[in-house]
Amino acid sequence: MKHLLDFQGWTRAEVESLLDTARVMAEVLERPVKRVPALQGFTVATVFFEPSTRTRLSFELAARRMSADVVSFAAATSSLQKGESYKDTLLTLEAMGVDAYVIRADAAGVPHQATRWVRGAVINGGDGRRAHPTQALLDAYTLLEALGGLEGRKIAIVGDILHSRVARSNAELLPLLGAEVWGAGPPALLPQSLPGVRLTPRLDEALAEADAVMVLRLQKERMEAGLVNLEDYIAHYQVTEARLKKAKPEAPLLHPGPMNRDVELEGTLADSARSLVNRQVHNGVAVRMAVLYHLLVGRER
Amino acid sequence: MRFKAELMNAEEMRRALYRIAHEVVEAGKGVEDLVLVGIHTRGIPLAERIARYIREFEGKEVPVGILDITLYRDDLSEIGVRPQVRQTRIPFDLTGKAVVLVDDVLYTGRTARAALDALMDLGRPKRIYLAVLIDRGHRELPIRADFVGKNVPTAKNEVVKVKLAEVDGEDRVELWEKEAA
Amino acid sequence: MGDILIKNVMLVDALGERGPVDVLIGEGRILSLEGGEAQRVIEGKGRFLAPGFLDLHAHLREPGQEVKEDLATGLRAAVRGGYTDLVSMPNTNPPVDTPEAVRALRKKAQALGLARLYPAAALTQGQEGKTLTEAGLLKEAGAPLLTDDGRTNEDAGVLAAGLLGAAAFGLPVAVHAEDASLRRGGVMNDGPLADLLGLPGNPPEAEAARVARDLEVLRYALRRAQARPHLHVQHLSTRRALELVREAKRAGLPVTAEATPHHLTLTEEALRSFDPLFKVAPPLRTGEDVEALIEGLLDGTLDAIATDHAPHTQAEKEMDLLRAPFGIPSLEVAFPLLYTELYRKRGFPLKRLVELFTDGPRKVLGLPPLHLEVGAEASLVLLDPKERPVDPKAFASKARFSPWAGWVLEGWPVLTLVEGRIVHEALE
Ligand SMILES: [Zn+2]
Repeated sequence: MKHLLDFQGWTRAEVESLLDTARVMAEVLERPVKRVPALQGFTVATVFFEPSTRTRLSFELAARRMSADVVSFAAATSSLQKGESYKDTLLTLEAMGVDAYVIRADAAGVPHQATRWVRGAVINGGDGRRAHPTQALLDAYTLLEALGGLEGRKIAIVGDILHSRVARSNAELLPLLGAEVWGAGPPALLPQSLPGVRLTPRLDEALAEADAVMVLRLQKERMEAGLVNLEDYIAHYQVTEARLKKAKPEAPLLHPGPMNRDVELEGTLADSARSLVNRQVHNGVAVRMAVLYHLLVGRER
Repeated sequence: MRFKAELMNAEEMRRALYRIAHEVVEAGKGVEDLVLVGIHTRGIPLAERIARYIREFEGKEVPVGILDITLYRDDLSEIGVRPQVRQTRIPFDLTGKAVVLVDDVLYTGRTARAALDALMDLGRPKRIYLAVLIDRGHRELPIRADFVGKNVPTAKNEVVKVKLAEVDGEDRVELWEKEAA
Repeated sequence: MGDILIKNVMLVDALGERGPVDVLIGEGRILSLEGGEAQRVIEGKGRFLAPGFLDLHAHLREPGQEVKEDLATGLRAAVRGGYTDLVSMPNTNPPVDTPEAVRALRKKAQALGLARLYPAAALTQGQEGKTLTEAGLLKEAGAPLLTDDGRTNEDAGVLAAGLLGAAAFGLPVAVHAEDASLRRGGVMNDGPLADLLGLPGNPPEAEAARVARDLEVLRYALRRAQARPHLHVQHLSTRRALELVREAKRAGLPVTAEATPHHLTLTEEALRSFDPLFKVAPPLRTGEDVEALIEGLLDGTLDAIATDHAPHTQAEKEMDLLRAPFGIPSLEVAFPLLYTELYRKRGFPLKRLVELFTDGPRKVLGLPPLHLEVGAEASLVLLDPKERPVDPKAFASKARFSPWAGWVLEGWPVLTLVEGRIVHEALE
């Protein structure tokens, strides 16, 4: 694999190999010295055209734990509109000797476009509604940790599927590992179709006998755009203790963060033993270390 | 590659490892604080065998850990193929222990160097020894083995193949020669 | 004694194919189809001679956006594409909404001596969709049609009044038919692929809904006007909207319609590359829509192939898909593209194809047909069947990129004449 853009064209073996590496990285993170020299001599750039402190920190920590040099570039989209282009920015970084670019943008496809401009490895750090592959990898890692395996497991994704890159990436990744993925949300927030996912406007149907539940963040913009009414959403789509009775007992809860307590998820659930949110954040670093290792080592420079 | 010679048969290997097991106990003045750490891949069964021999003649259990040094290699930014990283499992505290690193072949010393760095990150042993089945010379770093099964002078275009029953189905060490390119 | 003699050339126009003949050109006309003396003799063997093309829809960006294109580069691109006549869109900066602006553009274009320019004028002042422009004076200044293209006509009442006003002067009103409120921020065709790619979709229904509304507005104008209004639907892209136009034509409504080279040769699948090069408005649709459009070209539902040549800077097209502007340059490839993709690959009738570049658009503007006959105006294009790949770096347009870069095409214009004058020559 030359870049990590999404999971189109990926095989189960490739995903499993990456997750195996992530397990080794997780073990590194348990050591007294949480740092290995593997990526000494490599330079990783985080290039965030859309702000996201959490994702950026996770990637930068991952790169540093591997002894890579890190440069970070954050540009407001407004400066892009003033004529500073994605391409110029990336070519400037390339001239500085960057080996891998973690690119985050509010528009789908920017990481794909970047691969046409730079020779280094491109890692999609989230592009518009399109994909957030490292989030899906850490979700898969966390689910495997909690459930042991994903073969035949029912995973329910709840909320604004239409606008969610997390949902799209999980829709590509989890079925590769044998999971049966359901997506539930109000019709205005569901796509017409999404390969790999059974879509339903009925939350109960998605939650029934689910092995795990992934709750998506409900963005304010959706209410503002008139796509959904907040009270209606809470009344019918909020994941609550009561509704979770339909799912398997103890079915764990995931959320990509940041969470709107008492909107998409009942507040008490967020702090319950079912919540794997902290594991997700923790595993994110190991997964991103694995991605960097897989993309950088052995690459023609 | 062309086969040149057998360097060790199963019986010779057994005797070499048995001797190393004795030397290890002797050097450590007993098995208190002694731990073995096998380096992936063939160092692991070798470490387990040494532990078994020690158990046979000392009646005491020596803990065995496994170490993958991939993330400590000094050539990762240059190589054209990505090596698979594997689990490191050292289920005991290294601090204050006498650690015997076990590997099959000692050659340039780079693997041992990486292993030393890795061990240092994992804890603070009071002493680290190096045990190898074959020392074939050509060191590139100031590293030597404390316990050696057999010293074999080799040429650089030769390859030492250690075969172990656990991995390869038989115990045998062979010398091969690379064809001139 | 003529000026130019094109020997052994096949003729193709809306009447059909014939020849080979020796075409003698002089005094700006075709003097003879049986040869004669000329100052210059051009070998036409294996080549086709056609009437000069007319493009109903090109954005030449002057005034105000000369960084993207100007009259000189745009009209140079036109003649290289075999166009002798071209309608420029008024969504410039400021928009072309006064007789003075129309006259100024015509004057400047005349001085260039390339393709003849017909500057379309805005339907509403500033293209703001509120106050109508002066149709009669604009017509007298030389505007061939009125349009707010670049924007959509959200106010049906204004469009109705515009159709009524233009009808008095025989001016067509051309519409970019998309319901903006349904389109929202869509950047590609709405459907499963947009869902998969995570790109905001522009539903085909947005076009159909607007065409349906505009046809009702046209019905209203037809009933109310003492003169005959004329609605022209620009860059039709969907099967459903095409069907609406077909029904309307059957019912005798005075509607005409055009389709673009990109909607006839590309589909939404191109967006898998996430390359804003494929971002156009209306968006590239599905293979099914392409088939329906080709059917519409054949059965007369579509009257013309119009480029919607919409140049932008390279940097603008290297933005992301949400921010990059809509549009691509196509004047220089339109004919060879359709000659190759429709005629050569699918057996689409050549006569009809040429008609869609000549008499079809001429009729939309109320111009007489142009056929290759003795006495006809010598605005002509000589087409060469030799294969050549599309090379955007060699474009005359300032927009040196193309979604068809590298496509190997036949039927390239090697000689373009306007009233007997050579305006483009690429003979070997
Ligand atoms: Zn338009």
